[in-house]
Amino acid sequence: MVQYLARRLVTLTITLIGIMVITFFIALVVPLDPLAAIAGPQAPQETVERLRKLYGFDQPVYVQFGRYLYRLAHGDLGTSFQTGRPVLEDILHFFPATLELATLALAIAILVGIPLGVLSAVYRNSPLDHFSRVLSLVGVSMPVFWLGLVLMLIFYFKLGWLPEPGRLDIMLIDPPRVTGMLLIDAVIAGDGEVFWDGIRHMILPATVLGLFGLAGIARIVRSSMLDVLSQEYIKTARIKGLNEFLVLTRHALRNALVPTVTIIGLTYGGLLEGSVLTETIFSWPGLGRYLAQAFLTLDLNAVVGGTMLVALTFSLVNLAVDLLYAFLNPKITYTE
Amino acid sequence: MKMNQTASHTLDKSDVRHKRFEARVRYIKDSYVLWRRNHLMMIGTFIILFLIIVAILAPLLATHDPYDQILSDRLSPPSLAYYFGTDSLGRDLYSRIVYGARVTLTIAFLVAFISMPIGTVIGVTAGWFGGAIDEILMRLSDVFLAFPRLILAIAFAAALGPGVENAIIAIAVANWPSYARLARAETLSVKNNDYIQVIRMLGASNLRIMVGHITPMCMSSIIVRMSLDMGTIILTAAGLGFLGLGAQPPMPEWGLMVSDGRQFLVDQWWVSTLPGFAILIVVMGFNLLGDGIRDILDPHQRQS
Repeated sequence: MVQYLARRLVTLTITLIGIMVITFFIALVVPLDPLAAIAGPQAPQETVERLRKLYGFDQPVYVQFGRYLYRLAHGDLGTSFQTGRPVLEDILHFFPATLELATLALAIAILVGIPLGVLSAVYRNSPLDHFSRVLSLVGVSMPVFWLGLVLMLIFYFKLGWLPEPGRLDIMLIDPPRVTGMLLIDAVIAGDGEVFWDGIRHMILPATVLGLFGLAGIARIVRSSMLDVLSQEYIKTARIKGLNEFLVLTRHALRNALVPTVTIIGLTYGGLLEGSVLTETIFSWPGLGRYLAQAFLTLDLNAVVGGTMLVALTFSLVNLAVDLLYAFLNPKITYTE
Repeated sequence: MKMNQTASHTLDKSDVRHKRFEARVRYIKDSYVLWRRNHLMMIGTFIILFLIIVAILAPLLATHDPYDQILSDRLSPPSLAYYFGTDSLGRDLYSRIVYGARVTLTIAFLVAFISMPIGTVIGVTAGWFGGAIDEILMRLSDVFLAFPRLILAIAFAAALGPGVENAIIAIAVANWPSYARLARAETLSVKNNDYIQVIRMLGASNLRIMVGHITPMCMSSIIVRMSLDMGTIILTAAGLGFLGLGAQPPMPEWGLMVSDGRQFLVDQWWVSTLPGFAILIVVMGFNLLGDGIRDILDPHQRQS
């Protein structure tokens, strides 16, 4: 286990260095001069030159890369051209909203996906199984942004059951910022009205964001449950008269969950991707929308910083998943 | 003596050829039977065939020029004159969706046929040589896999500048590592087989073994992965188009069309929902087809 962990940490370090090289490379391939864009089309050459010096674009590539690493080591991701604030500050400001939404989406995906997959496998070829398979198929084939628009059309514009895009009704005042997560802040402030309104605003975006993960999880749980249920030891457990519920949960599901863990790691990547599109549609003031804006306006520091942090979190989640996998399935460590 | 040997040799060869031919015919027949049994895959096949036919016959099927703006008829609902209605510039949505099939297919095939060979070459090279080369190439692909695919594609698309060509490059950049991983794994599994060792002892060069004997063994799983990937590629391209980082107006790209119709969602629902529905159907078709191909090429399934 220790050896495995050590090897994973070494490869992680290499990956992190690689991530820095790639993000730097992204900034390097930009064909347009982003500074000309900030300075405006009428700006005199002199101003652009001054900006070039200021941001260090007049230096050779290796000097730029060295400076980039130096700044990263000091936690400095540069200043966003758009907001004029340090990128790291921006990201920390917008991240809690995304974390809150993504957590709810993941919760929906896991809490609906796993039972659906289990039932689907137990009642194989029943109407429920067909429904769940169609749902999985549609879920992985659906363009997220389109689903968002259709649900918004139905539940907001036509039926009026759910509130408009955004995080909170405009008539309500945000609770004092403690964690940056609205629901938790509302609980801290003891504001029931804000809490309830916040939940109503989250239902649609969280469902949209969660569906992709739900589909993947239901699919993998179904197929691994089917594998496990055909094993001899399940038969033994049944023959010895064990309660069917215990057979399913304690004997079958526990083993079927091992491959599911990997999928949940991938789902997390899907959530990060999905948040860019979902937040754009639902005007959700999170990291995804900030990134989409940064990409569109070619806010270079924000693009590089944001992409890097996304890759960083994704790598750490994958590391956690691999370790959990090794923990759940001891065979992996023994053969290592 | 020598002549005799040559004669028996040629005879063997034609016999082998005949047997090989028969085996191939049997393989195709079996595949057809499996295809007929798998109804979902049949649906997927028909959707994709339909898409290809629509793309080829687009000029015949379209009722209007997809770029033609009839401003007096802007935002008109679906009718006999405009099957799917018109958009905010009075362009016929049906014709634009029909031409959009060309855009979507072109993007999907170009991305697949750029990233697949790159990934395969890298994967086979890494697997065959092993050691330091393997380590370097695999760490390189790890770095690319550390980014969620859409994020990496968006970042490259944004940096290269909007446009459908750059979107294709960006998605291909994000896509190759999965092929490299797969090709490496397949290479490792055939590398130590006896027949590869024999070919090696006969003096075949590394290149010859890699191209002639290892790559063909990787192809079936690569094809499965490619067909399963098609849907993801289309979704990524549509997402880029929707964000304004992929295809640019006035190109009839489905993701871009969904985004165009957003502001008219309430009263003119057709402008943005219909192109999105086209994406859903096509991606579903590729997913059904991909699942089916995986089952058909799976040797365990074939035996039954």
